[in-house]
Amino acid sequence: MTDMIRPFGTLDRREVVAELLRDREDLLLVTGLGSPTYDAAAVEDHHANFYLWGAMGGAALMGLGLALAQPSRPVLVITGDGEQLMGLGGLATIAVKKPANLSIVVLDNGHYGETGMQTSHTGYGLKLPEVATACGFAESVEIEEMPGVEHLRGQLHGNAPGPRFASVRIAPTSPERILPSRDGVRIKNRFRDHLGPF
Amino acid sequence: MENQAGENQAGENQAANWPDDVYAVFKSQGIQQLVYVPDAGHARLIELAIADPDMQATALTTEEEGIALLAGAWLGGQRGVLLMQSSGVGNCINMLSLTNTCRFPLLTLVTMRGEWAEFNPWQAPMSKATQSSLENMGVQCFRLEDQAEVAQTVDAVATQVFAGDQAAAILLGQKLIGKKEWSR
Repeated sequence: MTDMIRPFGTLDRREVVAELLRDREDLLLVTGLGSPTYDAAAVEDHHANFYLWGAMGGAALMGLGLALAQPSRPVLVITGDGEQLMGLGGLATIAVKKPANLSIVVLDNGHYGETGMQTSHTGYGLKLPEVATACGFAESVEIEEMPGVEHLRGQLHGNAPGPRFASVRIAPTSPERILPSRDGVRIKNRFRDHLGPF
Repeated sequence: MENQAGENQAGENQAANWPDDVYAVFKSQGIQQLVYVPDAGHARLIELAIADPDMQATALTTEEEGIALLAGAWLGGQRGVLLMQSSGVGNCINMLSLTNTCRFPLLTLVTMRGEWAEFNPWQAPMSKATQSSLENMGVQCFRLEDQAEVAQTVDAVATQVFAGDQAAAILLGQKLIGKKEWSR
């Protein structure tokens, strides 16, 4: 970690996710593999949660397909910096489609937390919000304090058009793993039953 | 004989319009999202999708995005289709874990490069590996060489896919699409 050029964030990832999902109402959630999936499950195993346990790089794109199919509902993707880095091109695809109801939140600890805390590209200095801005996101921010997270939570349910991107600078911790179901067929059908009938 | 010739003529005209016929099948199958990395063989379908106010047409930077995007669309209650060329199949491999593990329906039309009268040898390796790669990841393949069969096959396969949560690819042979014309 000595080669990490950015200082660590300080926010607690579980507090951040709990705030984003507070009074979530009709919000639909997709989580990227690893800790974001555990963070969401730690708040509530909600039927409008779809947890990824793989398909690295796909979380934001799943959010796009969902947001286009359900334009009247807020769609939130919570993922990690490593997961989003694997799908950087997806930010371009999302920005071109301009889904007003889609928000991508990266919990950025600058590391690959699942594999031994190796430094990620954001740890080496890459700024994901600037990538999202360059792609053409309607809004793109970096958040370092809880009031910023609270403001973002309000925006998820607000009328200002997205897509919006936020990088939330969290501390590189690994809290207790809260493991939701890994049965993808079940989680998929549960989500559709909750949202449908289709 | 005249009559027979006339029928052949009509048959050829119908075959030449295969993209329009396929698009009509997309609509009758309730497909509302069409996602693509362009290929000359898909040009007409892409044009029709972009012009259709009831179709979400999404350009991708890489084909694997389409696998994830269509899974999200299905979660949200919509059917979609992915258009790509054979080289793009290689980009999809790990993302097909999502399709496979969660049994998401997947309908993809793959235009084959690297075979019939192919000028560019760089297309050949992935071309040869296209069908086996898809099958290795649990995607059933239907290969076509005759334009007249395309629309009816898309209809039949789409029914299997969306009614039965199956993953399927329709491989459109390069002979069917036509030799790529090179100019300089």
